[in-house]
Amino acid sequence: MSGMFVHNLRLGTASLRRNVLLTALMIMSIGFGVAASMVTFAVFRAVSGDPIPHKSSQLFVPLIDNRGPQYNRHGEPPSALNYVDAVALMRAHKAERQTMIYPVALSVMPDDPQRMPFKAPGYATYGDFFSMFDVPFQYGSGWGSAEDEAREPVIVISRALNQKLYGGNNSVGRRVILDDRQYRIVGVTDNWDPKPRFFDTFSGNAYADPAQIYLPFSYAIAQHIDTRGNNNCGSDGKRGDTWETWLHGECVWISPWVELSSVAQVQAYRQFLDGYAREQREAGRFNWAPNNRLRNVREWLDYQRAVPQESRISMTLAFGFLVICLVNTIGLLLAKFMRRAPEIGVRRALGASRGDIYRQFLAEAAMVGLAGGALGLLLTTIGMFGLDLVFEPQIARLAHLDASLVLLTLLVAITATVIAAFYPTWRAAQVQPAWQLKSN
Amino acid sequence: MQIKPILSALRRHKAGTFLIAAQIALTLAIVCNALFIIQQRVAHLSEPTGIDEPNIFVIKSEWVGAPAPDQADAQMRADLQALRQLPGVQDATPSNSYPLRGDGWDDAVRLKPDQAQDSSGSTIYFADEHFIDTLGLKLIAGRNFRAEEVGHMDMRYKLAPPLVMITKALAERLFPGDTAVGKTIYLIGGPATVVGVVEMLQAQSVEHWASDFAYRAVIIPERLNVSLGTFYIVRARPGQLDAAMQAAAKALFAQNPRRVINDDDGVLSFSEVRSRAYERDRGMAILMGVICVVLLAITAAGIVGLTSFWVGQRRKQIGVRRALGATQLDVLRYFMTENLLISCGGVLMGAVLAIAINLWMVTRFEMHRLSLMYLIVGVVLLLLLGQGAVLAPALRASRVPPVEATRSV
Repeated sequence: MSGMFVHNLRLGTASLRRNVLLTALMIMSIGFGVAASMVTFAVFRAVSGDPIPHKSSQLFVPLIDNRGPQYNRHGEPPSALNYVDAVALMRAHKAERQTMIYPVALSVMPDDPQRMPFKAPGYATYGDFFSMFDVPFQYGSGWGSAEDEAREPVIVISRALNQKLYGGNNSVGRRVILDDRQYRIVGVTDNWDPKPRFFDTFSGNAYADPAQIYLPFSYAIAQHIDTRGNNNCGSDGKRGDTWETWLHGECVWISPWVELSSVAQVQAYRQFLDGYAREQREAGRFNWAPNNRLRNVREWLDYQRAVPQESRISMTLAFGFLVICLVNTIGLLLAKFMRRAPEIGVRRALGASRGDIYRQFLAEAAMVGLAGGALGLLLTTIGMFGLDLVFEPQIARLAHLDASLVLLTLLVAITATVIAAFYPTWRAAQVQPAWQLKSN
Repeated sequence: MQIKPILSALRRHKAGTFLIAAQIALTLAIVCNALFIIQQRVAHLSEPTGIDEPNIFVIKSEWVGAPAPDQADAQMRADLQALRQLPGVQDATPSNSYPLRGDGWDDAVRLKPDQAQDSSGSTIYFADEHFIDTLGLKLIAGRNFRAEEVGHMDMRYKLAPPLVMITKALAERLFPGDTAVGKTIYLIGGPATVVGVVEMLQAQSVEHWASDFAYRAVIIPERLNVSLGTFYIVRARPGQLDAAMQAAAKALFAQNPRRVINDDDGVLSFSEVRSRAYERDRGMAILMGVICVVLLAITAAGIVGLTSFWVGQRRKQIGVRRALGATQLDVLRYFMTENLLISCGGVLMGAVLAIAINLWMVTRFEMHRLSLMYLIVGVVLLLLLGQGAVLAPALRASRVPPVEATRSV
């Protein structure tokens, strides 16, 4: 059997050499088709992947409609919370873990006066953030609820910032001055940058540079540290015109996240949200029925359209392109196989069964597929360098060629070619031994 | 014409005929849509901003230590003075944003204070009396702000300036067929009188969601004091852009070093702003272009391959025809016509498919309906491609000598 297979491969290779033009056309066709699909797929895979696979079904964004049917968009509550609702959800503490998040950027003044000050982007959040999102630590850890409640100036910095400021040494316990305030470093995260950054799509930071600092939400609010992200106010005019009145106004700017690990907990949390909205209605703040949402990570990313439209369009068209390349291959294989009708007739007359013909020609197609896959791999590699031309740099840099993509490229090329070869092979196997012998 | 014999010959090659037609159909469908996407993207990225782009650059100056509004305003005035004194600088203005920046302040405009529905969305640009000259805007009615009318406000303070300028596009939306100057509009914080109208000023976002108010803007006579930082828009004297860009950052640091001007995007020429804003559109256009070219090449190669095979298979028949008196031209014409017939079938299927794909994309993505022009261009392109591809094998066929009729296969 395996000896037969090797024999078929040999026959295939010999036949491929015999008709160089047709063979080259097929290989190019498959190579280009597969490469276009693989390059666009690599980008799509990078932007549509699950950023936190083991927990994405347990992390939820609770949203509360504080605008009402007259001012909300298409009946959807705004995509973030205002301060009042954020604080209420934290106080209620109805989930296993919960956090509120808003983006900040603090200025770092290096000790060395020769070096320029720079901005370190990051987040004001609660201590649960690190355990909810499984943030890995190089040194130390996050802070706890005690620091949250006491509004303590503690900070977690990223491995990159620690490298920049302290040469990568353990800086836990050290003091750092940011925007004229002194913070105590409690932890240094290891490299961590989920893409898309599901917890900050509201401010359009799904593909932004990695965060460098994390500090307590309660401290940031007490110090009037402004959000550097979106502040969405709607057109109902209830905005507030000082820090205090703004905090109690209806502008939304805080991304809420809760962790709920069972269906029962999710159900209970929905009920809690509805109850909260009803209370607000009774208190006179809302004059509409509860209109809340509770979406897990995947649902949230879909809703926020985290996958860039360009990535979907280009992948759709690239797969259409692959289909055309395959139709092309069917035609060329048909031409190639039928040209050998006399040879098939002779082989059949000498006792080769239809099955033998099938095996021989499918093996030959597999060889074409393998060669096409190899060319496709080469073109995919070239294509990966050209991604910068097509996608924004922050998207382009996410896609990379790894072992799984290499395997997939070869697999798609061979499978597609063998599938394309079914019809031409069937035609070849139909050749009647007697007829061909007669005509000769 | 010899259409009937061609059709009966094709009936004996159903599979090959169908494959070529299918390939032409699919190619037409994809090429039409790709060309259409290219045209849409190129049209989008060619939209004018209305400002003197070649001479403008933008500085993003972030504060260190979150200054209070008054403190930030004093620093902004000092910075502007320093910038305007530079030899290469014609003028400079502070703003919260600028065209093509991406995001900023968008807000509702109404004509009555208690109106439930907005009259229009609008970009809100904060400005001083140098805004028009710095950007090179054309004032088409009314007047510019006077220096004494320009104030400053905290980011959160009520948006209620006594007077504003608006763009022509917004004026036409709010007061169709009427003059806007002297009229009152309502911003979120209260009424404002329109004192001037500028001809054109593009929004800060060119994304799809902002396309409703693409050229509608309100210019507010206030320096916006944000604790994070501010933008300075600077117009260099003609030919001195590079020098002015270098001098500007230095002048600001000399004025006060407690600030952050990023290395990579702290000082941007407007051409850089433009190229960043349209990165995705340009990328899509390039990708679609590459796909089109490769696709057409592959389809052409497929036609060459299959026709060559047919010619090879029919050498004997061609020889017979030649022996019976057909000229070389007759044989050439035979294969060209055959291809034309197949191509016509292909483009018919392809046209339907192209429209189907487009309709599907309209529902899935933010796309427009395919215009008929692209279909026609695509059809002509593919018919020509088919004829071009078949030419070489057809010529080879026409050179088959009549004596071939007497040879066995």
